[in-house]
Amino acid sequence: MSIFLDRNTPVIIQGITGRMAQFHAKEMLDYGTNLVGGVVPGKAGETVHGVPVFDTVKQAVEATGAEASLVFVPPPFAADSIMEAADGGIRYCVCITDGIPAQDMIRVKRYMMRYPKERRMVLTGPNCAGTISPGKSLVGIMPGHIYLPGHVGIVGRSGTLGYEAAQQLKDRGIGVSTSVGIGGDPINGSSFRDILEQFEKDPDTHIVCLIGEIGGPQEAEAAAWIQENMTKPVVAYIAGLTAPKGRTMGHAGAIISAFGESASEKVEILSAAGVTVAENPSVIGETIARVLNAA
Amino acid sequence: MDIHEYQAKEILHRFGVAIPDGALAYSPEQAAYRAREMGGSRWIVKAQVHAGGRGKAGGVKICSSEHEIQDATNDMFGRRLVTHQTGEEGKGIYRIYVEAAVPFEREIYLGFVLDRSSQRVMIVASSEGGMEIEEISATRPESIVRSTVEPAVGLQEFQAREIAFALNIPTDMIQQMVRTLQGCYRAFTELDATMVEINPLVITADRRILALDAKMTFDTNALFRHPAIAELRDKSQEDPRESRAADRGLSYIGLSGNIGCIVNGAGLAMATMDTIKLAGGEPANFLDIGGGATPERVAKAFRLVNSDENVQAILVNIFAGINRCDWVAEGVVQALQANPVDVPVVVRLAGTNVEEGLKILAKSGLPIIRATSLMEAAERAVAAWKNDQTQNTRMRIVK
Repeated sequence: MSIFLDRNTPVIIQGITGRMAQFHAKEMLDYGTNLVGGVVPGKAGETVHGVPVFDTVKQAVEATGAEASLVFVPPPFAADSIMEAADGGIRYCVCITDGIPAQDMIRVKRYMMRYPKERRMVLTGPNCAGTISPGKSLVGIMPGHIYLPGHVGIVGRSGTLGYEAAQQLKDRGIGVSTSVGIGGDPINGSSFRDILEQFEKDPDTHIVCLIGEIGGPQEAEAAAWIQENMTKPVVAYIAGLTAPKGRTMGHAGAIISAFGESASEKVEILSAAGVTVAENPSVIGETIARVLNAA
Repeated sequence: MDIHEYQAKEILHRFGVAIPDGALAYSPEQAAYRAREMGGSRWIVKAQVHAGGRGKAGGVKICSSEHEIQDATNDMFGRRLVTHQTGEEGKGIYRIYVEAAVPFEREIYLGFVLDRSSQRVMIVASSEGGMEIEEISATRPESIVRSTVEPAVGLQEFQAREIAFALNIPTDMIQQMVRTLQGCYRAFTELDATMVEINPLVITADRRILALDAKMTFDTNALFRHPAIAELRDKSQEDPRESRAADRGLSYIGLSGNIGCIVNGAGLAMATMDTIKLAGGEPANFLDIGGGATPERVAKAFRLVNSDENVQAILVNIFAGINRCDWVAEGVVQALQANPVDVPVVVRLAGTNVEEGLKILAKSGLPIIRATSLMEAAERAVAAWKNDQTQNTRMRIVK
């Protein structure tokens, strides 16, 4: 088991004919992802690395049985693509696009609510590196080989900081069940809490590594949920202890604008909820190994 | 992206929010002339800078004659206004807004923000205007009214009325308040703002509701569809290094330390700054060159970081995933050969082909200090900086 993605999950890429999308489509195919198609309006009939392109998500789902989608569409059109996926029968959508207007994301989130919960699409991202269930499926832009298959669930906002954690785990021979990027935007598809709920349910995940940063309420919300509901150990790292207040640190969502949004406050809130917090990013792997051994 | 008060007022006025008479001036003479044009006997001159706290810092003055206006604005123009939000370097005053003084009876706080919990636009209002919202929530939290807006239908009249009644707006003025709230909401959503703040919104002696101050911040990700808003960008209000970086597609924030950072990815960049601090140093900047870390971006980053006079050591931290470390290392070497820097440089590479990457750095003959973990890199950067300070020699050790 793993969450969201399994060996056989049929995946499509929206915007597959773009230069970056073509590159990552190849990486995904090489990794073993069951990539079954792509969607680009007006380009039906073409193929990319032997994979058929469709005009609409509905056509792609009908022809291929696709369940997951990777959105690789430029910011002005990305919200529209996510809504098309939600309406087209996609179960799980990963949006890589960085730079989607916040108001567009508010509309997307509202639009997704119109579907009853049992057929409501799960969205992770935007502005994330994607999701990988090591050894099974990669839907995103991360380097697949830094992840060993295993039992650590990773959820984080940042791409490269997540890679850092995966590499440290690999160096210790520790593997990952699924790694999910929830992205650095202020309005995102899934929160830390949403992903923690999935990991809690997944029998293959034994421990969770949460990589947060300054800005927004999602780490504090996760802490409250962990304290009440989580039976598996959680190790966290929070970036941005030295970040000045009121400045946007690269990610659109990485800005301290309210109480509880600074890194030190988040560390405090998570620690109080029983989460083991790694003091610096170089000891994330070590801390997970220690907590695993103690468990 | 921030804009000036007078610009925010013009925009909100177009959406039905009432504002006092006012006009912009670029010189003391023009300021006096503006007052004469406007008429009346009392005016307020307000320094236009992108920061709050102008009043306490001397950026807002009440004047009763053209002469006073000339004197007051003469003192302001060209000066740098230091408020609690600007940092010690302050913000330059190049524009002054001259406004008719309006007698008022009550001050209200009104704010529209993106609420990240509900993932909707939230209206925050308080009957205790005039203070900053942080101060209101600390001293009079019970006065704060909050309401989130359902994005599919927008701000409904009943919701606006509820807010108005909660603020004890007189019954005959409820409709004015509803118009004000709906105008702000429409401006917020139609122009992709991330913040609209009117503080204070006042009830005047002659029973009008007027925005005495106004602040708007816009979503930079949405500027592509608002060219008229994008034109309001005022580079004189930005840190010149940050503007230059932004124009080159790099995400940079200047800080007060002396160890420059070049990192790929925002999260990793923050983590790098934190690690420098843990190792006993102070980061000079935040810099995210993007996940891919192309040689062009690495070169741009070196030029940018090296242009900061405070930088006494540079730490490069790249996690190379899809782009392998050997390729990134070539980029670093090329960048350093083309743009020599005269401070110690520590390079830490992680990810794919680390060994090959480190070999390339070693073979380059450049005095690059290498490190494997981030903590080690930070410690070496701090040590190199200290060594450089005490012995006044450049560290040339390549382990």
